[in-house]
Amino acid sequence: MPIDAGLVGRTFPPTPLYSVTPDSVAAFAAATGTTWRSGEPAPATYPIVLAFDAMNAFLEAEQVQLHRIVHGEQRFAYERPVVPGDQLTATLTVASLRQIGGNDIIGTASEITDADGALVCTTTATLVHRGEGA
Amino acid sequence: MTDATLTTQTFTVTRADLVAYAEASGDHNPIHQDERVARSVGLPGVIAHGMYTMALAARAVGTWFPGAEVVSFGCKFTQPVVVPAEGGVEVEVAGEVKSADDGLTTLALTVTSGGQKVLGMPKAVVRA
Repeated sequence: MPIDAGLVGRTFPPTPLYSVTPDSVAAFAAATGTTWRSGEPAPATYPIVLAFDAMNAFLEAEQVQLHRIVHGEQRFAYERPVVPGDQLTATLTVASLRQIGGNDIIGTASEITDADGALVCTTTATLVHRGEGA
Repeated sequence: MTDATLTTQTFTVTRADLVAYAEASGDHNPIHQDERVARSVGLPGVIAHGMYTMALAARAVGTWFPGAEVVSFGCKFTQPVVVPAEGGVEVEVAGEVKSADDGLTTLALTVTSGGQKVLGMPKAVVRA
């Protein structure tokens, strides 16, 4: 089922506060082949953990199955590095939507903010929703 | 730093790496684990998370510019990296310094697997 074009411009509720722990940063670094040492910031792509939470909430709200989603594009603009101790939330807005060959091409923008409400990172994603006939 | 000679980094990606990445990132999309699900949506097989490949590109940047703050980072995912059930697949990350002004270094990356580009115009800006 195509995604409703009326979603463009809609902002979804912020994700629950996520506590960035040394363990989660170390685990993310290890899973991507690097070693995190205390005092260092999180790896550059770590904020995807927040963005992914926000995307999942959006997909669930729209009853889109995750296995039909393929990642088309991802961009991060950082105000500052993420560090352990941060409490972060992501707020996703649907920026664009178009249909190509039975697939929905969904553009999203997520603002990741800290417990003080300060912007940490803006990340944009293009999600390809593969239609039933794809 | 304007060292234009950045040594190409080669990484091997296995199914076990994808399982570990799913656990650490929270992305449990079954197209990264289950051949049957991947094929059911028209993919050629189990594919690496695009974000895993992007993380490998970030890892290369961190090797070239240790400790440098990343200011922006982006790419398109243009070709899937198909990961076989046995053994692994190689991903190569090459980089070139495009500019360095005001303490910001812009890197153009080339990320390939099996000789084919898998990321579209990956670019990173670091404070270095």
